[in-house]
Amino acid sequence: MTLLITLIPLLPLLGFLILGLGSRTVPKTWTAFIGPGTILISFIFSLIVIFNFHYFTLSPFHHLFSWINFNGLSISFGFLIDPLSILMMLIVTGVGFIIHVYSIGYMKGDDGFNRFFSYMNLFIFFMLLLVMGANYLVLFIGWEGVGLCSYLLIGFWFKNQDFNNAAKKAFIMNRIGDLGFLLGIFLIFTTFNTLNYPDIFSQAKNLPAGDGTIIAITLLLLLGAFGKSAQIPLYTWLPDAMAGPTPVSALIHAATMVTAGVYMVARSNILYALAPPTLAIMGIAGLLTSLFAASIAIFQNDIKKILAYSTISQLGIMFTGLSVGAFTGAVFHLTTHAFFKALLFLAAGSVIHALGGEQDIRNMGGLKKTLPRTYGCFLIGALTIAGIPPLAGFFSKDEILVNAFAFNHVIWFFLFIATLLTAFYMLRVLFLTFNGKFRGAANPNDPLHESPRIMIFPMIALGLLSILGGVINLPELSGGNASLEKFLSPVFAASKSIMQYKQPVSHSTGWILTGITLLGVLIIGYRALIRYTVQQKGVFPDETKKLFLVNLISGKYYIDELYDFLFVKPVLWLSGFLHRVVEIRLIDGIVNGFGNLVIRTGNTIRYLQTGNIGFYLLMMILGIILILLFNVVI
Amino acid sequence: MFTRYLFIFLSILAIYSAIMVLVSKKPIHSVLYLTLTFFAIAGHYVLLNAQFLAVVHIIVYAGAIMVLFLFTVMLLNLNKEEHSPKTIWVKAIAIIAGCLLGLVLIGVFKGYEIRASADPMISQLGLVKNLGKILYKDYLLPFEFSSILFLTAMVGAILLGKKEQI
Amino acid sequence: MITLLPSITITDYLIFCSVLFCIGVIGVLIKRNVLTILMSIELMINSINLLLAAFSAYLNDPAGQIFVFFIMVVAAAEVAIGLAIVVLIYRTTHSIDIEVLNKLKW
Repeated sequence: MTLLITLIPLLPLLGFLILGLGSRTVPKTWTAFIGPGTILISFIFSLIVIFNFHYFTLSPFHHLFSWINFNGLSISFGFLIDPLSILMMLIVTGVGFIIHVYSIGYMKGDDGFNRFFSYMNLFIFFMLLLVMGANYLVLFIGWEGVGLCSYLLIGFWFKNQDFNNAAKKAFIMNRIGDLGFLLGIFLIFTTFNTLNYPDIFSQAKNLPAGDGTIIAITLLLLLGAFGKSAQIPLYTWLPDAMAGPTPVSALIHAATMVTAGVYMVARSNILYALAPPTLAIMGIAGLLTSLFAASIAIFQNDIKKILAYSTISQLGIMFTGLSVGAFTGAVFHLTTHAFFKALLFLAAGSVIHALGGEQDIRNMGGLKKTLPRTYGCFLIGALTIAGIPPLAGFFSKDEILVNAFAFNHVIWFFLFIATLLTAFYMLRVLFLTFNGKFRGAANPNDPLHESPRIMIFPMIALGLLSILGGVINLPELSGGNASLEKFLSPVFAASKSIMQYKQPVSHSTGWILTGITLLGVLIIGYRALIRYTVQQKGVFPDETKKLFLVNLISGKYYIDELYDFLFVKPVLWLSGFLHRVVEIRLIDGIVNGFGNLVIRTGNTIRYLQTGNIGFYLLMMILGIILILLFNVVI
Repeated sequence: MFTRYLFIFLSILAIYSAIMVLVSKKPIHSVLYLTLTFFAIAGHYVLLNAQFLAVVHIIVYAGAIMVLFLFTVMLLNLNKEEHSPKTIWVKAIAIIAGCLLGLVLIGVFKGYEIRASADPMISQLGLVKNLGKILYKDYLLPFEFSSILFLTAMVGAILLGKKEQI
Repeated sequence: MITLLPSITITDYLIFCSVLFCIGVIGVLIKRNVLTILMSIELMINSINLLLAAFSAYLNDPAGQIFVFFIMVVAAAEVAIGLAIVVLIYRTTHSIDIEVLNKLKW
């Protein structure tokens, strides 16, 4: 069994090596089998693992080798198989496989076909290390590795300097978060003297709630999570990361990498449950991010950027869910978000592919007739994210909302607002892209055609998952059996016992809340429908002066410019200063100065060569006298 | 006592002729005075029980080297008087330097206790037979090399002296 | 044959040879005639030879006299070459004044 579990991350690594080393020699047809094939086998193995876990007992720890053994610090490289990691493994390999198949069609004409799949396989490998790790250090290896792969994949078309800048921005912002994460790991080690999950969590249970060290640890780890999952203040990299190919955006920046932060907090739920101040900070930041990003998304015109801001907003909702103690709800929303966000990105990629690279929704429209299957998938995705029952998004969002209401009514209210905004901007994209008349420049040589089957089938698969995904955790309120909650309960049991101060919600209150949310979504949806199909607002570029608030939000609150002013310009000034003054004047001056000194000394001393032999002889005699004197006197 | 007077006489002779080498205006006079100095030094060698060395000294120096000098002076007609000697400053500095050297040397030697005494002195030390034994036994290698040195010097002198292109 | 009375010490020889040496040094520095300079160098060499022989006598070590041999060998070779060079100089510059040979300067 350990071998099987070890093979799950190893096969993608093997795929990376084969495709990476043979990136110029492996024929494209082979790559089309090797790339997704390794992920498929990993997915099948993950299914075997969950089967064994459910029906037989499975030992949770699988040590591979003892890695660091130094002076009391003993870290082993191993995997932990528990419900949370199994769930993440299935999501990563399953959605990953679907996106790999889609990429075969999307990246077909690209020169870097092999390179793309090698990077994607490497990404899956690191992500699997992240979710399967048995201690914080293996998690960190995966953490850093997915950051690296994100950089490689965002800057995939490296000939364009703007894309390279976006990749650098993503990597650097991730590193800022990683610094906090690393400090958190150090603090964990000094406090608990181990980095293994079970040891830490069992020791942590004995600590009192609100311990200062735990607060520090959780805050530092949270910084890392915010960097990875694009929350305030480290979120500006995610919209720029849309410079990468659409499958990359789907896999990394929607389904898996950005959810690593949520996974990490869910894994460390004990530590967070013991630190209410950190939970408060996380909740406030998540809520703020959610509203912030949703408001920006309303005014964006690039289809992928809208989806990026939507991701940030949904992650904010997940973090808020974590902060009110809805751990299962947040993980459930993570799962359904992976399904429908990947679906939305793939559909957007299909649209972009059909239009030959056009990404501005003001130049789209009327694609309902020309791209019917893409329209169907996008419609499913948009409705899911808006929260229309019985699609999956309704159940996951509802769970978080109900728990938030039980915790604090104000939080529920803001989440409700965020839900309404989500519905609004999503339907705006839907209507502007697919309804109405086609506004773009038609290309007579290449008429709009539907995407090939290899791209449609993955989308349909994700569509089915979005429709049926709610089944895994139908709430008990509606008579379901909440299987996901039961499945994940061993992971969250300890923190649930600590966070018992919230009162459970009664059935009738739960129904009322659901009803209010649904009503709000339907009203907003109808308003969006009117505005964007009948009134055709916001379709053409508008030259009229807008309100100050509208300008502000359209400019993304000018946060990028603020960061540029606060951080980028001083660093650039400092580096310019160091270059001009320290490097050129000081260091080069010293080094060149030695040479100049030698030259000048030589120029002065050579006047001693008078050519006069008598002078030379005199100098010789004087020298002899001096030598004799020194020998005797000294 | 006799030897002491002999030593003093020979020393004064040597120093006087050395000074005359420097002072005389014509080069030919300098050559002749130098030869006289060599003879005085040969006398010193005899006083020091180095008889073989005294004879060799006269043969090599007074007989060969001074003759070479005389040849050069006479054949190239270099007997002109030295005109426009060096400036008085240079001469003064040179004399001061020389005297300084002398003072330093004498100061050094007077300061040290040199434990070289002559009892008992071997009177057979400078005989040809004894010198020959040591030369051919302990110092054979330098002896052979000096022959090569002579060969080199000869070749070099001839090469340098030739008029036409080689 | 003749044994020295201990009334002449080694220090006397040292002083005498030092004086001769210094006279040679002064000659090298003062004179302009190349030949005279060469002769002063010979004078210096001779003073050293005498000192070596004196030490050899006072220490009962024949190595000093052997060394004098080799010094004489070298001095003879050196004079031969030196005079050949003087002849060459005279041929090119028609003078044996060392002030003429000052072209190798800065």
